Formats: sequence, structure tokens, C-alpha cells
Amino acid sequence: MKKLRIRNIDQGAIMKLNKILKNTFLIAVACLALSACATSKKSTGQMQGDVYTGTDTVEYLASGVPDRVFFATNESVLTTASRETLRKQAAWLRKNSDITIVLEGHADERGTREYNLALGERRANAAKDYLMTYGISSNRISVLSYGKERPVDSGSNPLAWSKNRRSVTVKAN
Amino acid sequence: MKRSLFILLLILILIPFKTLALIEVDITRGNLNPLPIAVSPLSIDENSRKNFEKILQKENIGSEISSVVEKNLKTSGLFNPLNKDAFLQAPDIANLKPRFEDWNLIKAQALITGKVNFVEEKLRVEFRLWDVLAGKEMMALAFTTVPNNWRRVGHIITDKVYERLTGEKGYFDTRIIYVAEEGPKTRRIKKLAIMDQDGANNKFLTLGNELVLTPRFNPTSQMVTYLSYFRNLPRVYLLDIETGMQEVVGDFPGMTFAPRFSPDGKKIIMSFAKDGNSDIYTMDLENRIVEKITNHPSIDTSPSFSPDGKYICFNSDRSGYQQIYIMNSDGSNVKRISFGKGLYGTPVWSPRGDLIAFTKLHKGKFYIGVMRTDGSGERLLTENFYQEAPSWSPNGRVLIFYRETETDDKGEGFSAKLWSIDLTGYNERLVDTPTDASDPSWSSLLSN
Repeated sequence: MKKLRIRNIDQGAIMKLNKILKNTFLIAVACLALSACATSKKSTGQMQGDVYTGTDTVEYLASGVPDRVFFATNESVLTTASRETLRKQAAWLRKNSDITIVLEGHADERGTREYNLALGERRANAAKDYLMTYGISSNRISVLSYGKERPVDSGSNPLAWSKNRRSVTVKAN
Repeated sequence: MKRSLFILLLILILIPFKTLALIEVDITRGNLNPLPIAVSPLSIDENSRKNFEKILQKENIGSEISSVVEKNLKTSGLFNPLNKDAFLQAPDIANLKPRFEDWNLIKAQALITGKVNFVEEKLRVEFRLWDVLAGKEMMALAFTTVPNNWRRVGHIITDKVYERLTGEKGYFDTRIIYVAEEGPKTRRIKKLAIMDQDGANNKFLTLGNELVLTPRFNPTSQMVTYLSYFRNLPRVYLLDIETGMQEVVGDFPGMTFAPRFSPDGKKIIMSFAKDGNSDIYTMDLENRIVEKITNHPSIDTSPSFSPDGKYICFNSDRSGYQQIYIMNSDGSNVKRISFGKGLYGTPVWSPRGDLIAFTKLHKGKFYIGVMRTDGSGERLLTENFYQEAPSWSPNGRVLIFYRETETDDKGEGFSAKLWSIDLTGYNERLVDTPTDASDPSWSSLLSN
């Protein structure tokens, strides 16, 4: 039993390591960008891994209810912070039961257009599934992928790309 | 006995051609010594000249047509059209009987001459291709058409010359459909646009009220399939370029995207995304029957048929990351074919059948490349900050794609442009468009 658990941990670590290796380039660039920015703009701490953790682009559906969640490169897995945001959205939606929403899924510009359309759809659906597990009916939610067509930040750097990998909850009525 | 007679006959047929064809252009390698060719302006009599001037507002339509030919030949990278100032012989006399010594003197190896006439309100063009070294005529053809078609006559002449000298069909009498882009990067306005292969006759097909993406030509007609966000519902549409009629393809409860026609033009193959999963579907345009081709929880997209319609190449992340796969046209026998380092997308089967062009992302750079259909022989043609979506010329010798620029530290300076490159990796060129441009698709030859 103990051994099994250790193996699990090891595998997790190995998977993480793999991911780190795969993202080495991006992270290296991110580090460069961040250290370059650190002196001028103080934007350090706006990314964890390559997931955006800042609030520059975030708008609010209601007081304390952020409208968007962010993703790692090529990923549609919800981070701990994303799940917290979506729980707040679910609570707000339960309180305002007449509101319907569109989940707009987006990708950064570093992918092919067609794959990014699919990826945006997958990200918006990750958010939708989570809202549904917190009691929001699927007929109040529609999903719309924009792929890489509607970036919020026009920059060509890892921080800009991290802001653009997102699912935004938009009031539909 | 019969067999040897047949071979003898074959030799008899082939010999005269062989001896004539002294000039040959090899298009299988990068051509660093383009063939010097003299394009003598098509001669025109004064009466015809005046008539065409009235109809077309062109002072000398003969010279205009030969300029089209000249520009085409130059753009191909295989020919070097010589400066007209050095030509010694007048166009009308050259068309009757060239003085080959004169053309040899300016180092021309091939010569194009011709004549334009106004005949019963129509444009009659004859042209001849001459082998200067052998002192022989290689080809003589005449066309009659409505005057407004004069640019197409130039393209058809180029196709005939290209075919005679390279042994392969040309790609000049063709059009490109693409997405014209304007406005800031965060709020791009996109319209469908169409132009001749050389950038002439540019026309916008939509107004820009809704986002449009990825138009693709039907290889057998003037139909186009594309993605439109009309009413914020991203769906695959069909558009008839001649009539302007549009219709949505199929009745899907979600986003359909990445459309292409089958080689016979009778089906559309595309992706349908639902509940976070994109699979590949086909729809028969005659009986409207929809078939699901892939069934996998991964993203399956960017499908493209082989020219015989038997296979489909597509993009999937079922291995964890974007790679290229092929399968039978019914979805059976799925095989991964891309195994190099990096991510692979937008596979598109060559009209010749032997190669698949793709986009590759590796270490933060984007490449356009080709591989054989079993994934071997990968060759990267060009590297850039961002480029994708190759589309083949109908003869499978040139790829057109789009490139986006890196923005500066203020997020400004974004642009998207069309580029073309030969299969050899040589002759990379910016394709001029009146606005920014992306998602090009090359038509088949309009005439054969």
C-alpha cells in the first residue's frame, strides 16, 4: 500500500517534470520577459507556470465575482484559482436564476487557427462542466469559441499570451 | 511482334518531340538559373488597337497581355523575362519569322511572339513559342474571346508556355480566395475576398459584419466553403461565387469548422465540436447525408482528402499534442504519420497525391513543410515567427500560406500577409493584397 502510494507520487512528479521540460522554452522566455519587466513595470508574479494570475483584464459580473478563468498553454484543465472563480460565478448564478450566460473560449496566437477553435471550445466546456456540477442548469449556458480571433492583449510575449488563454463568462440577457 | 511494333511506333512518335525540345526547365530542383526568355509584345494593327482602346481603356492591349505573361513567368522563378529595350526585331516581323541570331545575341533561349486582332467585337489572340537555339517553332495557338477576358488570355498563354517547357500543367489561370483583414489585432474585421492568382481583379465577397474564416475552393466548380460567425453561431457555409447565394451546411447543434471539399466536389468534410470534443464529419451535398468519420475524445480537426478520395489526413491531439494522422475515408485504419520534434497542424494533401503540406510549431518558431504520405522525408521549407495554413497550387508545385508579424512592446505593428513558396524551398514571395490577408485557398485551373 505504502509502496503504491510512493509510486503514485513519483509518477505525478515525473509527469510534472515532463510538462516542465515540454514548457521549458516558454518558461525560459517567460522568465526573461518577467525579469526584463521586473525593473520597469513590476509585473512579476502575474503568472504561475504559464497560467495568468493577474487581474489586469478581469471584469466583474457582480461585486467579487470575476468574469474569467485562465489556462496553461495547450491545456483546458481548470486550476485551483479557476475553480474558485467558477464557484463564485455558480453562487451568483444560483442567486440570479433568470440570468443566462455565454461562455466564450479563447486561445493564444501561438497555434493554428482551426486547432485553436477546437481548443477554445474545449476550454469553455471545462468551465461549463464545472458550473453544472455546482448546480447550474445546462440550458442557462451556451458555449462560443473564438479560437485565437479575439485576443484581449495584442502583445507577442508570454504574459500577453497567458491573458488570452481564457474562458470568459458573459451575461446573455 | 505486336509489342515491338508498338514500341517502334512509340519511338517514332517520341523522337520528333525529343529533338525539338532542346530547352527544358527542371522544376524539381531550386532553379537558380531561370531560363532567359524574350516576350515580344503582341503586335496589333492600328484599327484593332483603336477598337480595344475604346472598349478596354488600354492604349495597347497587345503590350498589356504580354506584360501579364511576363509578370507570371518572372513570379514563377523558373524564367527570366529579358528587358524589352534590348529587342532588335519589331513585334509584327518577329511573329512572322524571328531572326534567331538577333534573339541569340541578347541571350534569349526562348521567344514568345504573337498578334492581336479585333474580329467581330471579339478579341482574337495568336501566339507562338520559339526555341531560339534550335531555330524552331515549338508551339502555335490562337484564342478568341470577349475583350474583357484579356488578362485571362495572358494567363492561359503562360500556362501553355509553362507546360511546354516544364512538362507539367501551369497554375496561372487560377484564382485565390482569402480572408481580407483590417483593424486592430484585438478587434479584427474580416471579409471574404477573391482575386486572380497575380493579385488582379480583387473583389470583396462579404461586408465584414461578421467574422469569417478559412474559405476553401471546390476543386470542380466556383463554389466556396467557409466558416462564418453569422448571428454569433460559428457554422460552415457554402457560397456560390457567381450568384452570391449562401447556405449553412447541415444542421448541427454546435460549432462546425475547418471545412474542405472532397476532390470530386460532392462532399464537405469538416469538424463538429460538442461538449469539448471535436470530431470529423462529412456531408454529401446532393443527398445531405451526414456521416461521422472519427469518434475520439480528443480534438480531431483540419481534415483533407487525398486526390483519389480514398484517404483523409487530419490533425489530432490524441497522443497528448497536435500531430498528423491519416485514415481511410470511412474513418478506419487511423495511423499517426508525424513523429518529428514539435507540434504539427493543418495537413493538406497535394493535388499530385505524393505529399502532405503542414504547419509545424517547434521551439517557438512556425514552419511550413512537406512530408510523404507515410510521414517520411519531412522537409521544412520556411521558418518564421508565425505562419500557417498552406494551400497547394493546382499543379502541386507552389504553396501559398499566411504570415503574421510579431508586435512591438506596445502591442503594435501587427500585420498578416499572404506568401508563396516553391516546393523546392526557393522563390519565397510576398503576394500583394490591397489589405492584410490570411487563410488563402488556391482554385483549380479555370480552363484546361
